[in-house]
Amino acid sequence: MFEGVPIHWFLVLSTTMFFIGIYGFLVRKNLITMLMSIELILNSVCINFVAFNKILFPGHLEGMFFTLFIIAVAAAEASVAIAIIINIYRRLVNIDVEKMNEMKY
Amino acid sequence: MTNNQFMFLLFSVVIVVFSLLTVTSRRILRAATFLLFVLVSTSGLYFLLGFNFLAAIQLTLYAGGIVVLIIFSVLLTSHISEKLAIPPVTKRIYAAVAAVAGAILCILTILQTQFIQKNFDPARTNIRTIGEGMLSTGKYGYALPFEVISVLLLAAMIGSIILAKKRKD
Repeated sequence: MFEGVPIHWFLVLSTTMFFIGIYGFLVRKNLITMLMSIELILNSVCINFVAFNKILFPGHLEGMFFTLFIIAVAAAEASVAIAIIINIYRRLVNIDVEKMNEMKY
Repeated sequence: MTNNQFMFLLFSVVIVVFSLLTVTSRRILRAATFLLFVLVSTSGLYFLLGFNFLAAIQLTLYAGGIVVLIIFSVLLTSHISEKLAIPPVTKRIYAAVAAVAGAILCILTILQTQFIQKNFDPARTNIRTIGEGMLSTGKYGYALPFEVISVLLLAAMIGSIILAKKRKD
């Protein structure tokens, strides 16, 4: 219990956000919007780690360090993904996933 | 209702509403802006929990870095006034059924679980503890992941430069 806020509230919030991200990932066809859905999913996992750290295991900072590493990996992933997206746009002039059906260039 | 509960509910309403707008908005630049609101209110949640350093990192790196990167790539790859096509109804229904079923399953499981909740300790997250944890090699030390993350960031930087470079073929 964090001063009146039970951990279930955090978990329900992050579950909702996670599945909104899943919905966006399944529905969208534009690559950049799919990347945004992935950011939503990663962010919900971060909320989970921080809430577990604060409420269940307050003695150490394990959840916080994991969240820091998740944020760093998300930054690296976003930069590489955007480089790939720009490269694809240069070749195919759009970034729809359904138009990308050949790997060979 | 205490202050903490009120702030938590405020942040969570903002997060859920703007997440929904992020995945349903038809204008891609607006979707990026809504994602920015989601990330900022997540950092508000971290401030509420007392992780000041983590909230600052979230604001600068996520809201400052990644969203700006996404907005740059949106401006490079599509027109501002361009609207995304509405996805077909069957696809939306299948995706919504999958997401809602998974969410209901997880939420039911969460609500039936009893967690052992402890009293929290407000003085743990000062910057000195974080720095010592990052660089110590003993128990609860994170020197190895810290070094691995630095190599990963270098590799990502070189890789994205090489990928986005114009080829002379």
